Amino acid sequence: MILQRWCYFIPAIGGKRKKDFAQTTSACLSFIQEALLKHQWQQAAEYMYSYFQTLEDSDSYKRQAAPEIIWKLGSEILFYHPKSNMETFNTFADRMKNIGVMNYLKISLQHALYLLHHGMLKDAKRNLSEAETWRHGENTSSRGILINLIQAYKGLLQYYTWSKKKMELSKLDKDDYAYNAVAQDVFNHSWKTSANISALIKIPGVWDPFVKSYVEMLEFYGDRDGAQEVLTNYAYDEKFPSNPNAHIYLYNFLKRQKAPRSKMISVLKILYQIVPSHKLMLEFHTLLRKSEKEEHRKLGLEVLFGVLDFAGCTKNITAWKYLAKYLKKTLMGNHLVWVQDEWNSRKNWWPSFHFSYFWAKSDWKEDTALACEKAFVAGLLLGKGCRYFRYILKQDHQILGKKIKRMKRSVKKYSIVNPRL
Amino acid sequence: MDLEEAEEFKERCSQCAAVSWGLTDEGKYYCTSCHNVTERSQEVINTDLIPNTLIKALNRGLKKKNNSEKGWDWYVCEGFQNILCQQAEALKNLGIGPELKNDVLHNFWKRYLQKSKQAYCKNPVYTTGRKPTVLKDNLSHSDWASEPELLSDVSCPPFLESGVESQSDIHTRKPFPISKASQSETTVCSGSLDGVEYSQRKEKGIVKMTMPQTLAFCYLSLLWQREAITLSDLLRFVEEDHIPYINAFQHFPEQMKLYGRDRGIFGIESWPDYEDIYKKTIEVGTFLDLPRFPDITEDCYLHPNILCMKYLMEVNLPDEMHNLTCHVVKMTGMGEVDFLTFDPIAKMAKTVKYDVQAVAIIVVVLKLLFLLDDNLEWSLSNLAEKHNEKNKKDKPWFDFRKWYQIMKKAFDEKKQKWEEARAKYLWKSEKPLYYSFVDKPVAYKKREMVVNLQKQFSTLVDSTATAGKKSPSSFQFNWTEEDTDRTCFHGHSLQGVLKEKGQSLLTKNSLYWLSTQKFCRCYCTHVTTYEESNYSLSYQFILNLFSFLLRIKTSLLHEEVSLVEKKLFEKKYSVTKKKSRSKKARRH
Repeated sequence: MILQRWCYFIPAIGGKRKKDFAQTTSACLSFIQEALLKHQWQQAAEYMYSYFQTLEDSDSYKRQAAPEIIWKLGSEILFYHPKSNMETFNTFADRMKNIGVMNYLKISLQHALYLLHHGMLKDAKRNLSEAETWRHGENTSSRGILINLIQAYKGLLQYYTWSKKKMELSKLDKDDYAYNAVAQDVFNHSWKTSANISALIKIPGVWDPFVKSYVEMLEFYGDRDGAQEVLTNYAYDEKFPSNPNAHIYLYNFLKRQKAPRSKMISVLKILYQIVPSHKLMLEFHTLLRKSEKEEHRKLGLEVLFGVLDFAGCTKNITAWKYLAKYLKKTLMGNHLVWVQDEWNSRKNWWPSFHFSYFWAKSDWKEDTALACEKAFVAGLLLGKGCRYFRYILKQDHQILGKKIKRMKRSVKKYSIVNPRL
Repeated sequence: MDLEEAEEFKERCSQCAAVSWGLTDEGKYYCTSCHNVTERSQEVINTDLIPNTLIKALNRGLKKKNNSEKGWDWYVCEGFQNILCQQAEALKNLGIGPELKNDVLHNFWKRYLQKSKQAYCKNPVYTTGRKPTVLKDNLSHSDWASEPELLSDVSCPPFLESGVESQSDIHTRKPFPISKASQSETTVCSGSLDGVEYSQRKEKGIVKMTMPQTLAFCYLSLLWQREAITLSDLLRFVEEDHIPYINAFQHFPEQMKLYGRDRGIFGIESWPDYEDIYKKTIEVGTFLDLPRFPDITEDCYLHPNILCMKYLMEVNLPDEMHNLTCHVVKMTGMGEVDFLTFDPIAKMAKTVKYDVQAVAIIVVVLKLLFLLDDNLEWSLSNLAEKHNEKNKKDKPWFDFRKWYQIMKKAFDEKKQKWEEARAKYLWKSEKPLYYSFVDKPVAYKKREMVVNLQKQFSTLVDSTATAGKKSPSSFQFNWTEEDTDRTCFHGHSLQGVLKEKGQSLLTKNSLYWLSTQKFCRCYCTHVTTYEESNYSLSYQFILNLFSFLLRIKTSLLHEEVSLVEKKLFEKKYSVTKKKSRSKKARRH
C-alpha cells in the first residue's frame, strides 16, 4: 500500500509549475464554453472531442472532476446539435453514468429529465426506477437527497398517469362496468405517488410541482387534514426557504375549504410581506376591507398603495378602482391620518410616476375607464388643480361624462389638499 | 540462470514439493517446476565468479517464464536511446543528412553514456547487479550496434557487440517471472528496471537524461553539422508533431513495458521551452567536454546575415533592409566567427541563440528607421503614402502603416489558429500509462471509454473541417508578388526613410531610444524585465510578432534587443553619465 502511494508522486519536470496539458485543456474548456454561448454546436463538439482526455488527467483531483464537467457540457451539445438524436444522447448518458461511481445518480436524474422533456415518459420512468436501485454511497447525505429527488420525479410521473386516469374515470358513469376497475387503478397509482413524493417534501427545499400534485391527490380522496398539514408545513416550516408559492397554494386551499376570514388574512399577510405586488393582493384588500378590525381596514389601504407602487401594476384597472373607492370611503370616514401616512412617503414620486401629463394623454387614449379612476385618485390626493385631473375633466365623453362630473364634486369635497381640512 | 547454480539448495518447494531450484536475477531461489519464488537468496561466495556468470548469462540468455505481463527488462537510458533514434530518423525525413544520425548524434550519445557512467566504463551504475539484455530494435542500424572502442575502455559493454551472441540472447531471453509470493518486493513500480532508482538519482556533476534533454542532443548535433534548422525551428517541429517527443514512448517495441515511475520520465506533458532547451544544450555540451564546434562562417545558414534575410522575407519587410542589418552586424561584431561559434569548453558567455539574435537585429534596424515611438513611423507612412499615390509607376516607398495593417491581420489569424490547435491537442497516447499492474485494467478501461466517446462525437463533427497534418516548413508566413490580396513588401524601397548625405545614406530619423538603460553591474548582464506598458504600441506589436514566430517569450526577445543595442552603442554607454540625453532615451 505504502509503496503504491509513493509511486503516485511524479516529480515535476523542468521546474515548470503548470504543465502545458493543464494549460491547453483549460483553454479547450473556454473554447467549448464560448462555442456554447454562441450556439456554435459544431465547434463545441470539435473541442469536446479533445476535452475527453481530461478523463485521463494525471492530476487526480482534475480527473475526478472531469466526468461531471463533460456530462454537463456534452449533454448540452447533444441536446442542441442538429445531428444528434435521442439514441446518441442515451448512449452518451449511459456511458457517463458508468464512469466512476460518484455521478451515477445525478446523471440518471438529468437523463430522465431530458427524456421527460422529449415526451418519453415510459423511458424516463424506467430510468428513474433503475436509478432508485443504486446502492453506492448509501449513507451519504448527497445520495439521500438524490434518491429522494428520483423517487419524487417518479412520483410526479405517476401523478401524471393518475391524473389521466382520473379524467377517464370522470367520463365514466358510476354504473359503468369498467368504473370499478378504473377506480381501483387510479387508487393504486395514487398510493404509489404518495409514497414517492412524501419523502422528498419533508426535506427543506422548493418543491412546488410535487407539492401541488400531492395535495391535489389528497384533496381528491378527501384527506383535507393531510392536505392542510402538507401545505402548512410547506409554507411555515422555517427550515424551508421562503417561497411565495407556498403561501399561495395554502391560501387557495383555504379558499376552497371556505376557511374563516381571519385565517385567510393571516396567510395572505405573509404573502404581502414577500410579494407586495402580487395580484392576490387585491383579494387580500377585499378581505381586509370587509373585516371588523380597524387595523385590518388600515392595512387594506396600505396594501392597495403597495400594489400600485410597482410598474407592472400601473395599468391594473381593478387596483385603481379599488383605490378610488376606498380612498373616498376612508376620507369620508374621517381617517385622513391613514391617507396621509401612506401619501407622505409617496408624494414625491407618485405624481410623475402615475399622474404626469404624458400619462394622462396616454391613459385616456388607451383606456378611458382606467383614466377616470386614476383621475379620481389624482384629484383626491393632489387636488383638483393637478394636471391629470384637469386633463380628464376637459375630455368629452358620452358615457363617462356624468361620472366625471360626480368625480369633480367628490374631489372638491374630499381632496386632502383641500384647505378646509 | 542455470540449475547447477542452485544445486546446494535442497529443500522441498512449498507449492509443488519438487526439489529443483533455479536462481532469479536477484539471487533468490525459485522452483523450476512451478516457478514459486522464495525469500531465500543464494549467498555470494566468491566475487570472482561474478564476471564469468555474467558472460554465461549473456550467452545463454535468461531462462525465465515468458510472461507477457512484464515484458522485457530494459533500462531507462535504453529508452532514451530509442527515442533519440526516432528523433534522428524524423530529422532525416525532414531532409537532414544521414550523418547526423549515424555519426554525430550517435557519438554524442555514446560519450554521454560514458561520462555518466552508464556504459562504456569500468563500473557502470546498476544497483541490482543484473545486467541488461540487448534490445534488438534499438540496434536496427548496424552503426548503432557496432561499438568500436571509440572513447572508452570496454570491459563489460552492456550494449552488445558482435552479432551472433546478441541474436541468440534476444531469442532465448525470457522475462522475469512474477509470482504472488514475491509480489511485494518485485513491484518495482516501473516498467524499466531502474526507473524508480533513476528518478531519485542525484549525483553531483552528472547531467541526468530527461526528455527535454533529448532535444538538446538533437540540437547539438544539428549545430555540429551546421544544418539549416535553428533551435526555434526544431522546437516548432516538435510542437507540430514532426519530431517525436510527446508520446515518443509509444513507438517503443511492444515488449518494452512502461508504467509506474517511467511515466514521470517519459510521459512528458509539456512542450519544450526555448530557454530551457537552450540552457540544457549548453549544459550537455559542457558536460560532454566537447571541443570547439565547426566554425559558423558567413556562408552558413546560421550566420546573422543569412538568418536576417530569412526573417525579413518571412515578415514581409523590404529586402533593402538587409543592407542595414548587415551593417549592424558588422558594427556590433556579431558576425565574427569567434562570436558565433559554440565552444563549450571556453568559459565565455555562450551565444548560440542565432534565431533570437537575428530577430533582435531586425528590431533594432526597425527602431533605427522608424523610431517606433507611436508617432514618427506613422508620419513617415503618411509621406510614403503621398509619394506612392503620385508616383504609381515607380518602385513604391515602403509604407509602415500598410505593412502594419496587413501584417497584423495575418498575425492575428495565425495566432488564433495556433491557439485553437493547441487547445485541441491530444496529449494522451493510445498506449495508456499506468502506475502498476493493479492500475492497468483501470487505465485501459479509461482509454477505451475516451476512445468511444470520441468516436461518438466525431460523428457530430464535420469531417471536412479536420484537415490533414501540415507538412513541415521553415516558413510560417509566405508572401509573393503575384498575390493581389495581400501586398508583398519585399520589393519596396526604403527611400522614404533614408536620405543621402554625400556618399552614404542616413536615416531620416535621427533619434533612438534604448530598450533598457540599466544593466546589472555584475557579469550576468541581467536586464530589467520587460514591462509592456512602458513601451510604445508599435514596439509591442513588433515584439509580439517576432516572439510568436520563434515561439519565445517577449521578455527574452526584449532582452536580446537590449544586448544588441548595448553592443551597438557601446561607446555611448560608457559615457552615459557624462553626456546629456541628446541622442538617446526619449523613453526608457
